[in-house]
Amino acid sequence: MSERVAVRKTYKLYIGGKFPRSESGRSYLVQSGENSTANVALASRKDARDAVVAARAAGSGWAGATAYNRGQILYRVAEMLEGRREQFVALGIPGDEVDAATDRWVWYAGWSDKLPQVRGGVNPVAGPYLNLSTPEPTGVVAAVAPAAPALLGLVSVIAPAIVSGNTVVVAASPTDPLAAVTLAEVLATSDLPAGVVNILTGRIEETVPSLAGHRDVNALDLTGVADAELATSLEVRAAENLKRVLRPVPPHHDWYADPGLARMTALLETKTVWHPKGG
Amino acid sequence: MFEYAPAPESRSVVQLQPAYGLFVGGEFVDPTDGDSFTSINPASEEVLAEIALGGVGDVDRAVRAARTAYDRVWGPMPGRDRAKYLFRIARLIQERSRELAVLESLDNGKPIRESRDVDLPLVAAHFFYHAGWADKLDHAGFGPGPRPLGVAAQIIPWNFPLLMLAWKIAPALATGNTVVLKPAETTSLTALLFAEICQQADLPAGVVNIVTGAGETGRALVEHPDVDKVAFTGSTEVGKAIARAVAGTDTKLTLELGGKAANIVFDDAPVDQAVEGIVNGIFFNQGHVCCAGSRLLLQESVADEVLASLKRRMAQLRVGDPLDKNTDIGAINSAAQLARISELADAGTAEGTQRWSPPCELPDRGFWFAPTIFTGVTQAHRIAREEIFGPVLSVLTFRTPAEAVEKANNTPYGLSAGVWTEKGSRMLWLADRLRAGVVWANTFNKFDPTAPFGGYQESGYGREGGRHGLEAYLNV
Amino acid sequence: MTATAMSARPDLTELGRSETALRGFLHGLPGVDQVGAEQRAAQLGTRSIKATAKAWAIDLAIRMVDLTTLEGADTPGKVRALAAKALRPDPADPSCPHVGAVCVYPSMVPYVAEVLRGPAGGAGSAGAEAAPAGAGVVHLASVATAFPAGQAPLEVKLADTRAAVAAGADEIDMVINRSAFLTGRYQEVYDEVVAIREACGPAHLKVILETGELSTYDNVRRASWLAMLAGADFIKTSTGKVPAAATPPVTLVMLEAVRDFRAATGRQVGVKPAGGIKTTKDAIKYLVLVNETVGADWLDPDWFRFGASSLLNDLLMQRTKLTTGDYAGPDYFTRD
Repeated sequence: MSERVAVRKTYKLYIGGKFPRSESGRSYLVQSGENSTANVALASRKDARDAVVAARAAGSGWAGATAYNRGQILYRVAEMLEGRREQFVALGIPGDEVDAATDRWVWYAGWSDKLPQVRGGVNPVAGPYLNLSTPEPTGVVAAVAPAAPALLGLVSVIAPAIVSGNTVVVAASPTDPLAAVTLAEVLATSDLPAGVVNILTGRIEETVPSLAGHRDVNALDLTGVADAELATSLEVRAAENLKRVLRPVPPHHDWYADPGLARMTALLETKTVWHPKGG
Repeated sequence: MFEYAPAPESRSVVQLQPAYGLFVGGEFVDPTDGDSFTSINPASEEVLAEIALGGVGDVDRAVRAARTAYDRVWGPMPGRDRAKYLFRIARLIQERSRELAVLESLDNGKPIRESRDVDLPLVAAHFFYHAGWADKLDHAGFGPGPRPLGVAAQIIPWNFPLLMLAWKIAPALATGNTVVLKPAETTSLTALLFAEICQQADLPAGVVNIVTGAGETGRALVEHPDVDKVAFTGSTEVGKAIARAVAGTDTKLTLELGGKAANIVFDDAPVDQAVEGIVNGIFFNQGHVCCAGSRLLLQESVADEVLASLKRRMAQLRVGDPLDKNTDIGAINSAAQLARISELADAGTAEGTQRWSPPCELPDRGFWFAPTIFTGVTQAHRIAREEIFGPVLSVLTFRTPAEAVEKANNTPYGLSAGVWTEKGSRMLWLADRLRAGVVWANTFNKFDPTAPFGGYQESGYGREGGRHGLEAYLNV
Repeated sequence: MTATAMSARPDLTELGRSETALRGFLHGLPGVDQVGAEQRAAQLGTRSIKATAKAWAIDLAIRMVDLTTLEGADTPGKVRALAAKALRPDPADPSCPHVGAVCVYPSMVPYVAEVLRGPAGGAGSAGAEAAPAGAGVVHLASVATAFPAGQAPLEVKLADTRAAVAAGADEIDMVINRSAFLTGRYQEVYDEVVAIREACGPAHLKVILETGELSTYDNVRRASWLAMLAGADFIKTSTGKVPAAATPPVTLVMLEAVRDFRAATGRQVGVKPAGGIKTTKDAIKYLVLVNETVGADWLDPDWFRFGASSLLNDLLMQRTKLTTGDYAGPDYFTRD
């Protein structure tokens, strides 16, 4: 009896809830597990632009969903990720990293309805006014995931952005993109609305500059940009429409440590409302 | 006429056992020195199950189980792991919500529409919300590393059996405490099903203990020397007794007690929504709601108009079988409560106020009270001062915002209030002056796990829900 | 608003004589809280209608359908088929009631009249005899007044109306002047409705508010009163030509308005949600809304209609399901 011939997977982009190939028709070769290779989509600037359109279109619905609803969906991502643990391990992601990534979704799921309580509140202004400050999402976030750890790093960039109602376009680890595409499959089956997360694979130097300059992007997360010169040039481009910028993390950043609030709060706007009080 | 045919929710989703033991140390046990009592369906007086009556020894056993679980497992467990258990419980409640809703309506008498659409979604949301806090307590605003108290004794009422359980157990567990909970005598069943859910979630043994019983069981629990925290929801009278009992000890106490809320309608109110809010305020859950809008304060310039609309709307209320999906008002929870409502309503009539109910047929068996309003009520009448805890509304009038505030605050209670006006500025002015723990504006009887709930004055102290609710279970 | 409250107001028929009076009255109507109105409508949507009540509701809903086609591509053949269906929605079942009306553009009215009234009835005479609708009659409704935008001079709208009536329409669905309404020129809106009302002669007048363009429930309530004060026999939600058509909360607000208007004036006005109502489930939700907001007096095709096209086949499928016990398929009902 002959050995069964495996069915191999095609790895594509994740834009607007769909899995398109790059419009450029290009792909690049990466190692897939121990014995095989895979062709991964090499995203173009046009793909990046399409992803921004998808992220913007998803924005009002996602930001307008109740915090409870967003929390439920993030928790659902954790459930689905836990169920696909072995799939990530087969791609070479250590089991501990998959577990940490799952736990990270759970941690952020719990923040959806607590962040406004921790970062908002009543201001006792000197006058007959109710004065209330509440955090709101910035909008569309373009992000660069760290090259490693491919899964935990990617999750640690995506989750804090979307928990508050932002939508993201994220450039995955160029060297280890399979985890990102597999995570996209998790997201696509987790009740996450299409377009909230969009994942590009390929060269950061090609896609990210157009995102940094894009006037319909509100924030730029440079976490995974290792080249300091590139990071600076991207930050300069981001200044054109005053994107909120998260700068790159140092090379030996501990992704397993408690992430704190900074990644969430960097992508928030504070809105203060005044209302008179009078009989 | 459009007569809706009966649309009963199926009972088959619930598997009742003939008898239930106590849930102690992760398993169901027989009471050692206790007896048992029956739980009935208040809509039919049919016996649902035999329930264990926890005695002093049973309470002690449960507290010891909780102590052991606190010392060995739950106290030392990282918040991240506690969170996962609570998330599991939240999910199990979502998955079994129809079963829980049907059982709640059977045992309590509340309409399935409410148990299904209000109670159960809130119960699941409450666990979900607090699950998230378990590993975030450092961010809750109480300084770094807030510590749990230990073993919490929790006593809940019969009006929202499972929801009150959630309000008690979810924050206690999230903050790292273990609990012994006593459900109300007439409504133990959903708490016992919750115990099964704890087993299904593999919650470590002893973290949650359920001791069923009556007043004496509760007293034994409150007075147990190894209890670090007492949380009680119920009558002001019992609340005061508990406050006396824990006096001089280190036991931390929170109380959520009675109310006599004013629901204030101004002449610029959105009238149709105000009428809905009045109905929801007093007839939701048969008026068995501590924060019910039981005193309607109408501005005199619109009083007749609003009353006419209210009566027309009340004629649409459907009273009857709690399991019928179209029922708006179900059964009164017990014969004793029905007697109490009837006694106060009769007092209203005797004191010379005008009583009105829409024509409605009440079932022959079970405990029922037609939705009722009293007009011509003044602050001096008993029905304007005492909590009736039933579908009975007292209608008063006022002329100015200042008079509305004065009348609304003229009560020893202070749990909630409602304000109906399209003028935001007036609403906030009033909210500042109302002595009530919750003020609803152009809405009523809204609850959310993120929003703190609790009273001023004799409505109790401490808050449940939100960031503030965590404080009740932390050493801060 | 009740009769008592309204009796303190000046005679309502006087309101139309002055922009100031009209504005004062409309702006003095109680506000509508959006959240509360939507919650109430949603709550009524959870009513569970079963068995005999459902069978009764489906037949009533069929009788309330204004079977509508309002396309540039409408032809005599198309509207004749529709009219035939209006008379006998389910050819396989003679017990199935006919619909309330057929609703078409004015140029299509003669062809519909032929089918509904036979060639002898003819154009013109049908309109004259049809004013108070007798039982067993499928009405012939026509949109007029430069439907759907209403952006035409008044003379054009009046001519449009007269032509439709002359061709045999016994119901006219007019659109209000939203441009005037949204700029606060209430008098202009009012006068236009009054003029069209007059041009209708014996035909019934349905006034389309186009609630999707009015945007707020406060506006819906004001426009409802404005139309009723000016003489509308029916108030109707939508043309079906803008994205936001009939919704339960919009209909709830309009039902409250007709209820209050009758309490104030003694005159009963009908309500017609139109557009977006596609399923039996939707239709029954609307009937529950009627039942619990204005009561049995409005549960009649003379006082409540559905402006719809695809709804009818779903009603027929559900009707068959109740009779046979098996779910029906679309291939067993006529399509046009």
